[in-house]
Amino acid sequence: MNQSFTIPKFRLPAIIASIGQKLPQWPHTLTLVAGLNAALKMKLLPESELEALEDKLFRVRVLDTGGEASYTYRGGLFHPVFRPEREPDLAFAANLSAFLQLLARQEDPDTLFFNRELEITGDTELGLIVKNMLDAVEWPSLPKLPLFSR
Amino acid sequence: MSSLPDLICPAGSLPALKAAVDNGADAVYLGFKNDTNARNFAGLNFDQKNMTEGIRYAHAKGREVLLAINTFPQAGRVGDWQKAVDAAVDQGVDAIILADVGLLDYARQRHPQQRLHLSVQGSATSYEAINFCQREFGIKRAVLPRVLTLAQVENVIKNTTVEIEVFGFGSLCVMNEGRCWLSSYACGESPNTVGACSPAKYVKWDKQPGAMETRLNGILIDRFGDAEAAGYPTLCKGRFEVQGETYYALEEPTSLNVISILPEIMKIGVRAIKVEGRQRSPAYVTQVTRTLRAALDALAEGSERFHVKPAWQAELAKVSEGSQATLGAYSRPWR
Repeated sequence: MNQSFTIPKFRLPAIIASIGQKLPQWPHTLTLVAGLNAALKMKLLPESELEALEDKLFRVRVLDTGGEASYTYRGGLFHPVFRPEREPDLAFAANLSAFLQLLARQEDPDTLFFNRELEITGDTELGLIVKNMLDAVEWPSLPKLPLFSR
Repeated sequence: MSSLPDLICPAGSLPALKAAVDNGADAVYLGFKNDTNARNFAGLNFDQKNMTEGIRYAHAKGREVLLAINTFPQAGRVGDWQKAVDAAVDQGVDAIILADVGLLDYARQRHPQQRLHLSVQGSATSYEAINFCQREFGIKRAVLPRVLTLAQVENVIKNTTVEIEVFGFGSLCVMNEGRCWLSSYACGESPNTVGACSPAKYVKWDKQPGAMETRLNGILIDRFGDAEAAGYPTLCKGRFEVQGETYYALEEPTSLNVISILPEIMKIGVRAIKVEGRQRSPAYVTQVTRTLRAALDALAEGSERFHVKPAWQAELAKVSEGSQATLGAYSRPWR
């Protein structure tokens, strides 16, 4: 694990969320879905657990940027859902810093959940499957990003 | 002079196992992807392939792998648990952690060379019980339930040649270990039967304005204000109305942390210290293993000079369940 940088806990000013909510949501939805599909292509996600995601609606909401992305998994690929017509099966909500800390494996989701920095609502078992699936991924080692080096 | 206790760390996935090994665990413990272990959660644990890879990784760095088969065989399915024992032996784990006497007997008869540990779920709190398991099943180590004071742990150690392992860090529950049915009371399933306390399919986190409600199979067990720390959705950590007052009637969400009494733990001859949390992520395993390794290494330089660094406590406090860490039963002035 790259310990040379740490992502601090931060919260963006409220104005950003109020602007963010008015911006189109498709760019980051497409980015997220493309990332997930790249992970699929690299066979990083275990097939046995992917079955449980079939046709489920997921929503990721970044509270302090006002951004949100909905997507589903169908026929072996993740697909964006731009106008969800129902409540998601599973929804995550947190500030940007918490999501970044999770992605970098710097903080544990249970820790963030205990500290009320990460909200998980909907089908709890599906949430656990997703959490454990991401935990079990062996990410290829990333190049050191000069931006974050200190 | 007592030797430094081994640090035994949890692994619910291959990245967690590697994190434990890389950050200084002497051994990792893990389970199969089924109900033969007490952390049988969706997506967690090891299939044959991952276990082979994990054992290879740990052994290449000179660390041990312990496998927990610590639930109780269910009627009509005893063979599943026996097969798990056989599979563990085939995998070449360094020890199998067992709770059920029938399985201990099976393992002893079928695989006399396999090292066996008595699980905390075996609920042996006295040296008589531990010595019985040594005589009958040849156990080499016993993990003590988290209900004994330090003086009681010392008394057990003085009266047995079985190695003693104690819990050093992690979430606490009611600790009626191996005998708890609270989860079954709400949802018909509990750790000893299906391998999970409050299985996720029964848990609902319900976000309300200003609060979050926790329901277990529809039963409201807690309500957290937005500024309040949350805990695991277990009945023992729920808030209930008792005689007109609503409070943690059984116990508050709390974590165990023994860093401040490490010198005493070493002095009385504890062989190994266990970290709870196979359900947690690689990030948790990294943080806790690294911190306890640093504390144990400091202890190795001499217990007189040992002092607890605030940075260790801050790191452990952050990952703790509930807002407090305690010494649990180890420090209990009353008798």
